Amino acid sequence: MKIKPRTFSDYATIGFPAGMLMVFFVIPFGIMIAVSFFQRVQGAFYEPAFVFDNYARFLTSFFGGILGFSIGLAALVAVVSVLLAFPFTYILTRMTRRTQVVWLVFLLSVLSLSEVLIGFGWSTLLSRTAGISNLLVALGVLDKPMSLSPSFGAVMTGMVYQTFPYTVLVLFPALSRLDPSLVEVARTLGSGPVRSFLNVVVPALRNSIVSTLIMVFVFALGCYLLPQLLGKPSHWTLSVLITDQAIYQSNMPFAAAMAVFLVLVSLSLVAISLLYGKKENAA
Amino acid sequence: MSGLVFESIVKKFGEFTAVHETSLTIPQGKFVCLLGPSGCGKTTLLRMIAGLEAATAGRILLDGDDVTRIPTHKRDFGMVFQNLALFPHLTVGENIAYPLRIRGVSKSDCLAAVKRLLDLVQLPDMAGRPVSKLSGGQKQRVAIARALALEPKLFLLDEPLSALDAKLRESMQIELKQLQQKLGITTIVVTHDQREAMTMADLVVVMSQGKVHQVAPPVEIYRKPKDAFVADFIGSTNLISGRISGSGKLAVPGGTLLADDLPATGDVTLSVRPENIRVTAGSGDNTPGCLAGEVSYIRDLGASIEMYLSVAGQQITAITTPSDRPDIAAGDAVSVHFPKDACVVLGDA
Ligand SMILES: Nc1ncnc2c1ncn2[C@@H]1O[C@H](COP(=O)(O)OP(=O)(O)O)[C@@H](O)[C@H]1O
Ligand SMILES: [Mg+2]
Repeated sequence: MKIKPRTFSDYATIGFPAGMLMVFFVIPFGIMIAVSFFQRVQGAFYEPAFVFDNYARFLTSFFGGILGFSIGLAALVAVVSVLLAFPFTYILTRMTRRTQVVWLVFLLSVLSLSEVLIGFGWSTLLSRTAGISNLLVALGVLDKPMSLSPSFGAVMTGMVYQTFPYTVLVLFPALSRLDPSLVEVARTLGSGPVRSFLNVVVPALRNSIVSTLIMVFVFALGCYLLPQLLGKPSHWTLSVLITDQAIYQSNMPFAAAMAVFLVLVSLSLVAISLLYGKKENAA
Repeated sequence: MSGLVFESIVKKFGEFTAVHETSLTIPQGKFVCLLGPSGCGKTTLLRMIAGLEAATAGRILLDGDDVTRIPTHKRDFGMVFQNLALFPHLTVGENIAYPLRIRGVSKSDCLAAVKRLLDLVQLPDMAGRPVSKLSGGQKQRVAIARALALEPKLFLLDEPLSALDAKLRESMQIELKQLQQKLGITTIVVTHDQREAMTMADLVVVMSQGKVHQVAPPVEIYRKPKDAFVADFIGSTNLISGRISGSGKLAVPGGTLLADDLPATGDVTLSVRPENIRVTAGSGDNTPGCLAGEVSYIRDLGASIEMYLSVAGQQITAITTPSDRPDIAAGDAVSVHFPKDACVVLGDA
């Protein structure tokens, strides 16, 4: 039997988290929405107003192109991350408990690295003087060492490196819950290991894969340091521009408008992923 | 030779031996039940046949060919798992057609095969259903149809009926047996339910703690159990220990019993089924094969009557029918007759 909360004190337990959410999320976000309609004052900061200029500017082809690139990059990062992490996690869940713990601790420690560290780490690794191209020369693959950064590949590498542990940790519970007899029965019915994986494991976890893709996508959309550290200006994303507008151009209202837009895109994708998750639970 | 042969098969998980050295022959076309209490290694044995567990030592031969090293997906044995393991993302028809589809069988041939198999398991017109919408019994049938789709040489089932309620289980037992007879396929079923094994099997393999105790037809398992474990596990029995006191004679507490196949000397244990023991009123003449006892209590179940007797301090149970019921009550002195052919000499477990 469920007891319905009646008195004020019954609600008190959720008071603290609700208060935290208000102070640290709802109020700042409200301020940001308000600022996105404010007017910029050239040479000063901004003044209260209610104009749509900031959103209108956003619809120019320059910012439209960057939005398209940001979404494309985040989507590509999500796909590559899941493509790498899914088989990896599947194999990991079939290992002994000890091996799993060692790997998960390792991945957690990668997760704890800041974007700055990852960015500088990879730019060193991809540089001409100290980078892995020297290794390739030693192995005889390359004639002379070359700089691999900044480039689109470097941005991808850094971002996939950052999202990979996150992806593994999100996929891990679903894959370890997967009934191992499904794969075994596929084997008795005549499919080899690879085919069983593709025919049984992947479709059985279709919904988890979709929601993980969306989560990694949203995560990658928020990346603003790696494109700067590892990419050329043409590889800069909306998040980079938001930082640029807010901090270097002092155009708070425009930065706020872009940020609100990005949050809306992220939120709608999270909503879709939640809907997917619900369907999977219902099945 | 045709059939499935285990040659000195051993299975260890680390230090733990799940299946001790086992040699066993399962003739072609038989319905075999692996019977034993939970944890005795039945599933492990079945999984070794399917290639899902690698044997630590020994060989498995099918029709004379060594299959020990052949990977599961090349063995083409049909297997029904304990949890059925139907593919949740596929319909009934797609589940059944899966082994055919991956072998490149054409769509129309798949459809025809699905229809034939669904008719076989008496689930016509269900091909389009998602498996999540099926009842337990229907899932059971779909899993069986899928395992039979390849017309396998061996049909393996791990406690296939354990999830069903008692009534459905009984009817499925009979149906499964009839299906096997119709197809003539060598079938190996794991079960811990002795009634189920007795109902279905041509041959019962009784196991405990990783060892095979006896391999025989059900009636023989019941009438001539090889050791105390089998005698006690299959039905109920009276175990009576004694010492050989002459040819065919056994000295037991309270007198002498007669039995066939007694060794020349030593201590032996007899198994005597309750329904074979005859009880008469009045303390008897104490001839060999008859012991004096006292009635502890009587349980009248209508169709049968159970008599709990004390014979020289030992508890003995006898069962009789209403028409043969002796005129006795609790506390009465009785003669307890142990017919010679009902006294089965047990070997070491
Ligand atoms: N993969 C495994 N690793 C370790 N021990 C196992 C494994 N599989 C089974 N066992 C052990 O082997 C014994 C026999 O198991 P099993 O064959 O499943 O028994 P049954 O099917 O007769 O109930 C059990 O004690 C079980 O704990
Ligand atoms: Mg089992």
